[in-house]
Amino acid sequence: MTPQQILESLKSRFGEAVLDAKADAFPDPWIRVAPASVREICLFLRDDGEMLFDVLMCLSGMDYRGGKLGVVYHCDSTAKRHRIVLKTEVTDAEPRVASVESVWKTANWHEREAFDMYGIVFDGHPDLRRILMPDDWRGFPLRKDYQVPEFYNGMKVPY
Amino acid sequence: MGLLDQKFENSNIVITSMDNLLNWARLSSLWGMQFGLACCAIEMMATGASHYDLDRFGTFFRGTPRQSDVMIVAGTVTLKMASRIRVLYDQMSEPRYVISMGSCSNCGGPYWEHGYHVLKGVDRIIPVDVYVPGCPPRPEALMEGLLKLQEKIRTESLAKKKSA
Repeated sequence: MTPQQILESLKSRFGEAVLDAKADAFPDPWIRVAPASVREICLFLRDDGEMLFDVLMCLSGMDYRGGKLGVVYHCDSTAKRHRIVLKTEVTDAEPRVASVESVWKTANWHEREAFDMYGIVFDGHPDLRRILMPDDWRGFPLRKDYQVPEFYNGMKVPY
Repeated sequence: MGLLDQKFENSNIVITSMDNLLNWARLSSLWGMQFGLACCAIEMMATGASHYDLDRFGTFFRGTPRQSDVMIVAGTVTLKMASRIRVLYDQMSEPRYVISMGSCSNCGGPYWEHGYHVLKGVDRIIPVDVYVPGCPPRPEALMEGLLKLQEKIRTESLAKKKSA
């Protein structure tokens, strides 16, 4: 299917949850969806006979500045040979996105990474802990307003 | 003992000082701690393998800090790893030596400014004997570092220091 057809299909099925899209973006056409509906949309993308998105290639956290965080999903179908990018946006006051761990197991560690680096909370994730930074680390390092701590466990951090 | 083989008559006695003997023994069999942290470890492995062959200096790697004399900190020391390195260092028996290999463990390397997760120099947590510069250092540079360490050990003494 072309990105435009995928967009039409999602729009007719999920209506309000599809917020915004750019189906002719190069190289990755994208569709922006509501954070709470991410899981059901992904489940549809995976299971529908026309879609068959069987691979989540990448799940990335984003900081769009101005208190806006986001998650970007790169989905691929090896069966239908088409791909699409899903995006979703949240605020840093309420950074909650539905987890897609139950849709693609790949998402497990990717969501932990996005949580570790941006503090995005994935509702429904079975084991949401830090994956890269130490467990007792404070703050989320890849946020644009992150301040490097002066000390960590008695060790000076800045040069 | 190739040099001394078959060279003695009956009483095969060599006279030397305790310092000389012990230093010679220590510097001739510097066993390394077998662990690597980043790309420097690849060079360290290459140095240990047959082409550069650290064995000829008496250095080969041991899998436990209890049997190791020298710790080669090969790679980026993250803050998460730093406490583990400190524990490993504490588990080594004395006399123990540390070679800091590569820019990262010398001073933070390319992470010196924006590396929120990197310790800017392993000498902030353990004492370092020899710094080997490079990113990563070539095997020749690491061997040079080992030879420098041997030089350093050669000048050690068991004698009490005179109080100033």
